[in-house]
Amino acid sequence: MPTVHDWISDPLGVVEGLFAQSNTCPDWEKKVVEYFKEKLKPNDAHTWVPSLNDVPLHYLKPNSLVKFRCMVQDMFDPEFFMGVYETNDPTLDSKVKCGKYKDITEGGQVDFNSRNTVTSERQTFYCVPIPGESQWNSYAGTSQARVVPSTSYVPNRHKRSYEEDDEMDTQPQQMKGIKNDLQSHGNIEPKRQETEAPSHDSSPSHCTSSLDLNFPLPGEKGPACLVKVYEDWDGFKLNDMLEVFGILSVDPALSVIADEREASSLLHPTEGMETVEEQRVHSPPASLVPRLHMLYAQPLVHNNPLLPSNLSSVLGELASIRAELLTYLTHVLLGDSLAAEYLILHLISNVYSRRDVLPLGKFTLNLSGCPHSSPYTEHLYKVIQQLVPSSYRLCMSLHNMNNQRMVPRKDYTANRLVSGTLQLANNTSLFLDETQLEQGQLDATGVRNITALGNLITWQKVDYDFNYHQMEFSCNINVLITSEGRSLLPSDCQVHLRPTLNPPNLEEYLSAVQVAQVPSQLNKYRIYLSVARALNYTISDEITKAVEEDFVEMRKDDPQSMSAEDLHRLLVVARLLSLSNGQNTLSRDGWMKAKQLEALRMSRTQQQKCVNGNEP
Amino acid sequence: LSPPSQRSRAHDTSTELQPMPTSPAMDVSLFSSPMSEVDASSPLMYGTPSSRVEGTPRSGIRGTPARQRADLGSVRKAPQVDMHSEPVSENAVAGSEQGAGQRLVIWGTDVNVGTCKEKFQRFLQQFTDPSSREEENAGLDLNEPLYMQKLDEISVVGEPVLNVNCSHIQTFDADLYRQLICYPQEVIPTFDMAVNELFFDRFPDSVLEHQIQVRPYSALKTRNMRALNPEDIDQLITISGMVIRTSQLIPEMQEAFFRCQVCAFNTRVEVDRGRIAEPAVCRNCNTTHSMALMHNRSAFSDKQMIKLQESPEDMPAGQTPHTTVVYAHNDLVDKVQPGDRINITGTTCSSSKLWSRHTACLLFSSGIYRAAPMRLNPRQSQVKSVYKTHIDAIHFRKTDEKRLHGLDEDGEQKLFTKERVAVLKELAAKPDVYERLSSALAPSIYEHEDIKKGILLQLFGGTRKDFTQTGRGNFRAEVNILLCGDPGTSKSQLLQYVYNLVPRGQYTSGKGSSAVGLTAYVMKDPETRQLVLQTGALVLSDNGICCIDEFDKMSDSTRSVLHEVMEQQTLSIAKAGIICQLNARTSVLAAANPVESQWNPKKTTIENIQLPHTLLSRFDLIFLMLDPQDEAYDRRLAHHLVSLYYQSEEQIEEEHLDMAVLKDYIAFARTSVHPRLSEEASQALIEAYVDMRKIGSGRGMVSAYPRQLESLIRLAEAHAKVRFSSKVESIDVEEAKRLHREALKQSATDPRTGFVDISILTTGMSATARKRKEEVAQALKKLIQSKGKTPAMKYQQLFDDLRGQSEAAITKDMFDEALRALADEDYLTVTGKTVRLL
Repeated sequence: MPTVHDWISDPLGVVEGLFAQSNTCPDWEKKVVEYFKEKLKPNDAHTWVPSLNDVPLHYLKPNSLVKFRCMVQDMFDPEFFMGVYETNDPTLDSKVKCGKYKDITEGGQVDFNSRNTVTSERQTFYCVPIPGESQWNSYAGTSQARVVPSTSYVPNRHKRSYEEDDEMDTQPQQMKGIKNDLQSHGNIEPKRQETEAPSHDSSPSHCTSSLDLNFPLPGEKGPACLVKVYEDWDGFKLNDMLEVFGILSVDPALSVIADEREASSLLHPTEGMETVEEQRVHSPPASLVPRLHMLYAQPLVHNNPLLPSNLSSVLGELASIRAELLTYLTHVLLGDSLAAEYLILHLISNVYSRRDVLPLGKFTLNLSGCPHSSPYTEHLYKVIQQLVPSSYRLCMSLHNMNNQRMVPRKDYTANRLVSGTLQLANNTSLFLDETQLEQGQLDATGVRNITALGNLITWQKVDYDFNYHQMEFSCNINVLITSEGRSLLPSDCQVHLRPTLNPPNLEEYLSAVQVAQVPSQLNKYRIYLSVARALNYTISDEITKAVEEDFVEMRKDDPQSMSAEDLHRLLVVARLLSLSNGQNTLSRDGWMKAKQLEALRMSRTQQQKCVNGNEP
Repeated sequence: LSPPSQRSRAHDTSTELQPMPTSPAMDVSLFSSPMSEVDASSPLMYGTPSSRVEGTPRSGIRGTPARQRADLGSVRKAPQVDMHSEPVSENAVAGSEQGAGQRLVIWGTDVNVGTCKEKFQRFLQQFTDPSSREEENAGLDLNEPLYMQKLDEISVVGEPVLNVNCSHIQTFDADLYRQLICYPQEVIPTFDMAVNELFFDRFPDSVLEHQIQVRPYSALKTRNMRALNPEDIDQLITISGMVIRTSQLIPEMQEAFFRCQVCAFNTRVEVDRGRIAEPAVCRNCNTTHSMALMHNRSAFSDKQMIKLQESPEDMPAGQTPHTTVVYAHNDLVDKVQPGDRINITGTTCSSSKLWSRHTACLLFSSGIYRAAPMRLNPRQSQVKSVYKTHIDAIHFRKTDEKRLHGLDEDGEQKLFTKERVAVLKELAAKPDVYERLSSALAPSIYEHEDIKKGILLQLFGGTRKDFTQTGRGNFRAEVNILLCGDPGTSKSQLLQYVYNLVPRGQYTSGKGSSAVGLTAYVMKDPETRQLVLQTGALVLSDNGICCIDEFDKMSDSTRSVLHEVMEQQTLSIAKAGIICQLNARTSVLAAANPVESQWNPKKTTIENIQLPHTLLSRFDLIFLMLDPQDEAYDRRLAHHLVSLYYQSEEQIEEEHLDMAVLKDYIAFARTSVHPRLSEEASQALIEAYVDMRKIGSGRGMVSAYPRQLESLIRLAEAHAKVRFSSKVESIDVEEAKRLHREALKQSATDPRTGFVDISILTTGMSATARKRKEEVAQALKKLIQSKGKTPAMKYQQLFDDLRGQSEAAITKDMFDEALRALADEDYLTVTGKTVRLL
């Protein structure tokens, strides 16, 4: 257990100290940032900082340093604040105070006419936990976090278990249990329940009395946070994954201000314009949405906590882990090893670059031939959820398509971006379950949603709805479609599932397969997938030549069988196949293998067409 | 009587009792005393400051009431928070003496009222702008002092507002301009004084509603909303954006009127920073807490909150737009409306530019505000340390106002720096600029050079001509292009690229769009219950490009809408009582797939894509995107694709630069180059057209129609634009001819004869096909006649006979067609399997 660090428990003290020393020269701001960067540099330093993701808010000490793994969901307007101000409290010596990293001024009446006042600018981001984070991911996160030094909090006892999320039925009781424990904490707990995102299916009116925390996915929980950014906010983008280190501010005064303002808004000339909705969104009670004053933020390339900082140790084992994973997935896919191969390729795919409008490296897989009646897809999703850091299963039922809000929309009344299911962080696995789709009519929303999904798959972008115009946000989401026949959505590659096993009880069989995997084994898979995705990849001139030759040759035989599009796909398959084997250049061998794999798949699709007659 | 609120921010030495810079607001209170005998509760007296001035209007500067300038804000009369970091000398009240002589300046600034006024009057009297191109100056003599003419106008029209272009001031006197930008709150009232003195000197008998107000606009410090920072507070700025929300009209109290309940003593209290200090004691009878507020005697001004959002073009990728609050005062209220309502004329965003001052008020916790004498708040020491900012509007200009009438090139013009223009011109001077640009277009798509060139010309467009006076109406300047071809030949990708390249592009898919989605529909606004017209893709892409994918999948009713748009460039709506004609000057870039999923080279374009020829003839260029299937091509394609996947980062970076240059190049050419046909070029065009007609006439068919000539002209003009040339020359015509021929060769080749036959596109059938059809019908007639007097024949029998007789192969379709032709002649009828003669 680390000793109590001042810079964790009282970062404002540090800031103030540096401010006082600096004698208001402008350099002190940089010094503060550098100081904290320096402190966080040691390898395990950041694990000493309590995490807002894992520790309930009321256990955290106000004005202490905390970290928060999150996604930028919305960006508010920049605000001007008093960077330096002077108070006219006669009892104090130093009247000049620093307002940075704080919400509220302190010590006596503020002298607004003072010449020492410095107005500065900061930006507010609305951050939510990374949507669709898997359970194992959160577990892994806590296992590394240390006990918070400044509170009596013991993580094992009170952690809001994510298991509860699954077992919705039992949840109220458990919540009650926790609530009883926390009577002494005042009325914070009842409010906590509001932090559950209301499901998007409900009516579009979001200005209900309970606060909508605007989580992208329905049923999500967790702290949302207003992150105040002081430096380089232009460098951040919407939907970025960040690990924010900042000073937690939960001053109850913030909430009181919010309440009182509503009453007085009519009298106040400058605030009469803010609607109630807007106030609710932009200054929610701090106990619900804490403020975090950012000292330092680390953009996250991945959100896999298992990934070691030194990749070389893993690289050697990649091939062997791949073989094991293949066996596992083959079992899951009822003995279909070809589908398992393609599933691996899909799981490590990644948009690594864009050429004008064309995203490169995406690999949307359509797994057709999934049994309709049994809950097979559900189990398949569970398996995938076990493997990837964040994922979401979207049941394409008619109800969902017609009612769910997928595309984020700007709400001008509340002046915020109302989130939708497709506002996901990079490399989230989106599992589209088309087996749930039944016959019926799609209404306007449904058509829009289908179009949005199509755009997402083809161009890897989502057009956010800004009412008067649309705005394009590029994304990087792995889409897997399970369907009975060919999917109605476009895909890069379709594999028809051909089970070789026919277990009498599908469900039992699948759970048995899953149980057989020990956690350490699963962890290996998880690391494997993240590492393979992050590898660099090149292609030599020699191979380029060979590929060209090959293409010409193939076209000679039968121009119909090999179009430019096929070559596109083949190049992606070759790339992913090489990466999945831990090789970062394309070899002749790898190219041949990719061709073989494609040929196998094509022949299967052809056969399927024959079976089904004239399927388009 | 009037409260001692003149915290002398200004100290003027001139003995003349002229209003002080902040005094327009104060004048009002001076007028208040004679009115006390009026019944205070009379509803008639509820009014704005100007209505409170009783009596007949008098002329002259003293007689004309000064209207309170809420945009400059009485709100900020109290000591200012010193937003500027520059140190100000402490002897604040009196003007500090700076330098030599009697330079007295307004506190906190370096503005000397006298000098400033004098300078501005000189500016008004002397400034001329011979090169002015502004619309508002139309009808004015450009060689006379511009603003004096405007004053004349005011005296005639009686609208007491003088709009002053800041750039004029800048060219006239840079120092004055700087002062205006930095201290608008002090300088603008000075301008007001100056202009009023000048005006009433010239027109002493003039009667105005209130004194003239100066509205400066187009401050060169034009800011992107994103670039606003604390230094801009209290400065004059100009930003552009899109109105997203307006509030209802808010009456804002400027002055509170109190009456003592005991002795009916009246007093007025000015609103100070949104707060009214209620008098606790009546000064007349010394009763405490007897003063009551009389609403209908208080002075109010109109105010409206406007939410402005960054225009989408200004935004960096991956960020959400910023918004700013703007307050409009008095007559600026209701001048703008949220986004689409303004927009019936046809743009997606109503971007309004506004010139105004950026001011900041402190946002106190309400605790502080309530801590005013009335109630004590226990937590008054805490203040939320955030400022609330807003902009007080001084001048609005709608950038799309003029779109109603014509094309607003001025408003859309992107401001290019001189360096940028130089770069673009340098590029234009290169002999191979056309090739360069076309290869920069969608580099990830391989080859298809001619198609890219066609699209490039489409992006530039022709020159707009107006023949309204001769009854022809507008002459279409937009080039329409149709791409058809095999699936998977990156047509969609090309469309996506174009959509991303042009600022006003729309992308829709024929499958998913209805006629309504393309044109416009009427809906009921949920708030106001008013019917509003919502515009669709075609209207939204006015002056842009509308990309329509899967054109063939479009329903017939939807397609029929396009007829009007693609030739007349307008869209007529008659729905739910709204009848109007909207501009839809859009280029259409469409992509269509062949009906049989694979292009059938044995069929004509029409047969392959099954589109009505009436629509096809409206496309200037129709390209086929086919899989060429030859080895050398394959090899290059493979190389291209592989390198596409594995190019290094730097190369990608380079190409991005190209796209930015291309964008600017197109924008610049579209706005500033307007080529006209030269003599030589028109001769070349005539020749080309005659040649085209000749080709066909030899074989008895028409091979060109006037539409083709128009297309040629457009293409030639576009090509001249690519060269930044103001004249269309013969090389432009050459390229237009070549491209047109290429496109025709691809799309209008008769598969039976191998000749280019324009009638395939104009009538839907090639001349040879029509000839053949007639021949078959004649042969059939002969056959039937030769059979003698049989009234009825078996269908199959007849078919077999005809096949046996004819030397050419006759298909069932052809036979059916021949039968139909004869049936039309009333020669026979077909019932089931029998053919009867009539």
